[in-house]
Amino acid sequence: MSVLTPTTISDAAASLAAHPDAQILSGGTDFMVEVNFNHRKPSTVVALGGIEELRRWSNDGTSVFIGAGVTWQDIETGPISALLPALAEAARTVGSPQIRAAGTIGGNLGTCSPAGDGLPVLAALECNIHLVSPRGERIVPFADFMVGPKRNSRAADEIITGVTVPVPDGYQGYAKVGVRNAMVISIASACLVIHDNKVRVALGSVGPTIIRATGAEQWLDQMQAVPGRAVSPAVAAEFGRRVADEARPIDDHRSTADYRRHAISVITRRLLERSAQS
Amino acid sequence: MSSVATRRDTLGANALRPDGIAKVRGEFGFTGDLWHDGMLWGATLRSPHPHARIISIDTTPALLIPGVTAVVTARDVPGQMNYGLIAEDQPVFASDVVRYMGEPVAAVAADHPETCRRALAAIVVEYEVLAPLWDPERAIDGSAEPIHPDGNVFRTQKIVHGDPNARGEVTVEGEYVIGMQDQAFLGTEAALAIPDHDGGGVEVYVATQWLHEDQKQMAKCLNLPAEKVRLTLGGVGGAFGGREDLSLQVHTALLALHTGRPVKMQYGREESFFGHIHRHPAKVWMRHHARRDGTIVNIEARFVFDGGAYASTSSAVLLNGITHTQGPYKCPNASVIGHAVRTNNPPCGAMRGFGVVQACYAHESQMDKLAAALGMSPVDIRVKNAMETGDVMITGQVMDSVAPVVDCIRQTDAIPLPPDMPADPHELELPGGSGLTSDRRHIKRGIGWGVSIKNIMYSEGFDDFSTARCRLSDGVVTLKFATSEVGQGFVTLAPQIARTVLGVDDVIIDTIDTGVGSAGSTSASRQTWMSGGAVKGACMLVQQKLLEHVAREHSVDASSLSVVDTEIVNSAGTLRISVADATRGVSFDETYEHHHRPTEDLDENGQGDCHVAFAFVAHRAVVDVDEELGLVKVVQIATAQDVGVALNPLSVIGQIEGGIAQGLGLAVMEEIIVTEGRVRNPSFTDYLLPTTLDAPVVEARMIEQFEPLSPLGAKGVGEPPCISVTPAIANAIRNATGRVIDRVPVRPQDICL
Amino acid sequence: MSNNEIYTLTVNGETREVRDAWVGESLLYVLRERLGLPGAKGACEQGECGSCTVVIDNRAVCSCLVLAASATGKEIATVEGLNPDGSLTDVQQAFIDEGAVQCGFCTPGLVVAVHGLLERNPHPDELEVKEALSGNICRCTGYGRIFAAVDKVIADRNGGAR
Repeated sequence: MSVLTPTTISDAAASLAAHPDAQILSGGTDFMVEVNFNHRKPSTVVALGGIEELRRWSNDGTSVFIGAGVTWQDIETGPISALLPALAEAARTVGSPQIRAAGTIGGNLGTCSPAGDGLPVLAALECNIHLVSPRGERIVPFADFMVGPKRNSRAADEIITGVTVPVPDGYQGYAKVGVRNAMVISIASACLVIHDNKVRVALGSVGPTIIRATGAEQWLDQMQAVPGRAVSPAVAAEFGRRVADEARPIDDHRSTADYRRHAISVITRRLLERSAQS
Repeated sequence: MSSVATRRDTLGANALRPDGIAKVRGEFGFTGDLWHDGMLWGATLRSPHPHARIISIDTTPALLIPGVTAVVTARDVPGQMNYGLIAEDQPVFASDVVRYMGEPVAAVAADHPETCRRALAAIVVEYEVLAPLWDPERAIDGSAEPIHPDGNVFRTQKIVHGDPNARGEVTVEGEYVIGMQDQAFLGTEAALAIPDHDGGGVEVYVATQWLHEDQKQMAKCLNLPAEKVRLTLGGVGGAFGGREDLSLQVHTALLALHTGRPVKMQYGREESFFGHIHRHPAKVWMRHHARRDGTIVNIEARFVFDGGAYASTSSAVLLNGITHTQGPYKCPNASVIGHAVRTNNPPCGAMRGFGVVQACYAHESQMDKLAAALGMSPVDIRVKNAMETGDVMITGQVMDSVAPVVDCIRQTDAIPLPPDMPADPHELELPGGSGLTSDRRHIKRGIGWGVSIKNIMYSEGFDDFSTARCRLSDGVVTLKFATSEVGQGFVTLAPQIARTVLGVDDVIIDTIDTGVGSAGSTSASRQTWMSGGAVKGACMLVQQKLLEHVAREHSVDASSLSVVDTEIVNSAGTLRISVADATRGVSFDETYEHHHRPTEDLDENGQGDCHVAFAFVAHRAVVDVDEELGLVKVVQIATAQDVGVALNPLSVIGQIEGGIAQGLGLAVMEEIIVTEGRVRNPSFTDYLLPTTLDAPVVEARMIEQFEPLSPLGAKGVGEPPCISVTPAIANAIRNATGRVIDRVPVRPQDICL
Repeated sequence: MSNNEIYTLTVNGETREVRDAWVGESLLYVLRERLGLPGAKGACEQGECGSCTVVIDNRAVCSCLVLAASATGKEIATVEGLNPDGSLTDVQQAFIDEGAVQCGFCTPGLVVAVHGLLERNPHPDELEVKEALSGNICRCTGYGRIFAAVDKVIADRNGGAR
């Protein structure tokens, strides 16, 4: 029973295939919490931290490829932040500086929690997730990847190697609601993106998966509001209300469904207002 | 040749911590860092149910796991099963019934913490789950079956003073709810127990607030004479009241005696939430009657403190709460009833403020309501009613402490307000911070006030003394005391006292253990007064002996001698000898017990001189609120605190700023969420402590009016900073939003829905 | 509890062998219980307090969230490695001088985090300092004296200016 530390993606895939019961370790910021709290008993671990290839990123002019091993700290403060500012904004809210220095975008996708800070942005930007196994590479759109709370469509022998994120041609913004002014699990979050003259809005922490509020998006489109141009306060408020109607929040120890729904209506209205000012 | 006198670290100086170097290097020995050859790890099995009958416990599967040395349960407790600080009602291990989620049922000793976890998982406990008693009102009205042989009410106490029917022109009332706060000291519970070779005794290193009280309780449970239970203070990572009760002490010692090997136990954070008592959640109803000019005429109040499953210090917390009903204000008439009750909720006991936090939130909310009803400012209503030395309190006790209430308020009021939020604020200056939830136009600013009185020391006839031993030889002082250093800085202050009294600069602090008399608890803002008094007393005895010695040596009258700086001089100026020279080859050794003046029990009408002394403080809070989202940023806390004398100003500021952060936590973010006895958030993910980005600017003034009752003129400073800051923040949120804020912590939905 | 796990870690410039470890041990556990380096502290086991902060490959991270056996081949620096010659760094001295130490449990993690911050950014403004330290919880001080200590270090390193 051991910790395997492959240095290439193909080695990692081979290790995973050879040990079907192995657990994948990326930044450790979710994995180790489970170990420390006795919810996870590792036997064989395939640790990806030594794979240089996973830390690469590239920009081909229309989309940015981010390797699964890229940390939130790098996304927040590095060159990616200029290309994907909403993702950088989300990155800045992940945990603490120490967690951002270790936690990876691949890990966020692997855990696939509805409260995952980067996920509303990846959903709104309509990214594609790259999965590699000995059987080859598969590319899955975000909407097909996250299938439930902490459930995704990665096969047991697949490794997330990265995401391809199309760069929108318009506004992108993020907001996350938490009770404390730092280091919080989100109670409600949202990313609003304008691309090709259409508004997209994705919600976090208010449903079993990240929710694209497509109903509200279509309504706004039909209002013939020009994305990026000022909307009336009434339209903005109605947009927020309609987005909130598509949220499916629950009551839990962190907050109430009523508050979450209300918070979503406020932050998505404000994001729309901001998109008109930018 | 002139020389610049070296500043000595005597009383009044910002002397630096003697343990500072070790702490910054990571070399300071916290109890959890201790280690011993042949050591086993210990761990505790806890009930998952708030209320259940134990049908059976089968420990054999755990004993079969390789690496497990022992499993103990109630049947292995050799002495008294029940312990407690006031009532001995809490079992070392539950045997027939568990009364709270997390109650200890068994403990194991094994070779690795992971082995311990597997052993705990292997123990089979059959429970019959029972409905929990979670509503304190049912404990009061008697509709609930007793969940303990001692019944469901720890204490009911009323206070009737003056004319309960006195009325004024104006009445305001409200019911205020205070949530369950946790001390959340960072250094979790830890102990290392080393059994004597003959098994007839045990040495225990423990992080605790009161060595001798732990020793007393442990000895009874272990069926050992007290002198065979030798406790040494291991490094303590904070306490704030949460270490006053036993947690792992008996368990660790029992495992050590049972296995014949050293055993170390350390709680993780989740276990720590279950392993110690918390601040009492409470409901306080108050009705103030006042005249049109703002003068308070009469206060009616009802307090309910939910003490959870076991008594701990609930009856004393209740006493503190109800006797502080009037706040720092004159009040000629009062009728108060208070109940501290038992439920199947988590046990509650001491936390910084000890019942006064709950009373203060209520009375300061009331003062703002009164101000609004009368069209007076929050400052004016408080100044109008401010208590003074000589006033009679609602217990009939005469306030004979220095009582600079008006001064506290005025000096706080004189502190400039912070600048307005700029037109384009940095995102981290907005509520929500990097969450980017709000813009400048969504923010409203509010200002709120809180003023508090807090008793210092223990109450109701308890003779709570402290002991210190002072040895002086060859120019070096060695101090020995059992005073728990939990971070507050007594180990810094004690040498300052010795340097001042004895004129030496080299002061060694001997091991803090039960090898000297009790110092009482590090709580109730008492150690500067009591242990400071003990150290001063011991040093004064040594000084007297020293001066007598020098008098004999030099054929002068001892009464003509005094210690000045580092020398002994006579009044004629003809004799001058350094203390170092005077103590060469001789030694002095004195032990002193410091007692405070006696106090009384309350009679059935709550009348009696039950407290020793009091301190006062005022807080003004400035908050920015995003009204639509209910998010809050505390911008500034201004405060003036009645400290008597600042014996170490840097330490005092540390207590003020630290206490304010804890009061802020209770105001806006800290709460143990309990649903029908079940704790929902036992982790730092969901029990939120203030971070650097939550900390407000603190502008503090120390009001130094020498307190003649105190051995050093100083009042305790630990608790006042965390008490009235909470209602100040709540009042500021109310001021910003116009909302009724009748519970703390204030949640976003309380502001915006 | 042993799974014959043997691996080496590079800690404070030295190669340290770890034997007989259980695979699930965090780096925090290994530093404290196997390598005699108890400076890093555990207060939450989930990266929410920063008491366990160490530096790995020039990044300040929570050692409770690092699987020790996966940290092979990396440069690990702990509080003990800051001054092998026994002296105090300017950050450590400032913490003492400014009263930023009370119980001291958060102190090693904070000292490491401050060193990490100033390594990356020698001239942080007030908000940058606060954000960089927002993952380090202190329960005793309320942070006021900690900010004063950091300000002092920045001023001294920049000859009096920020």
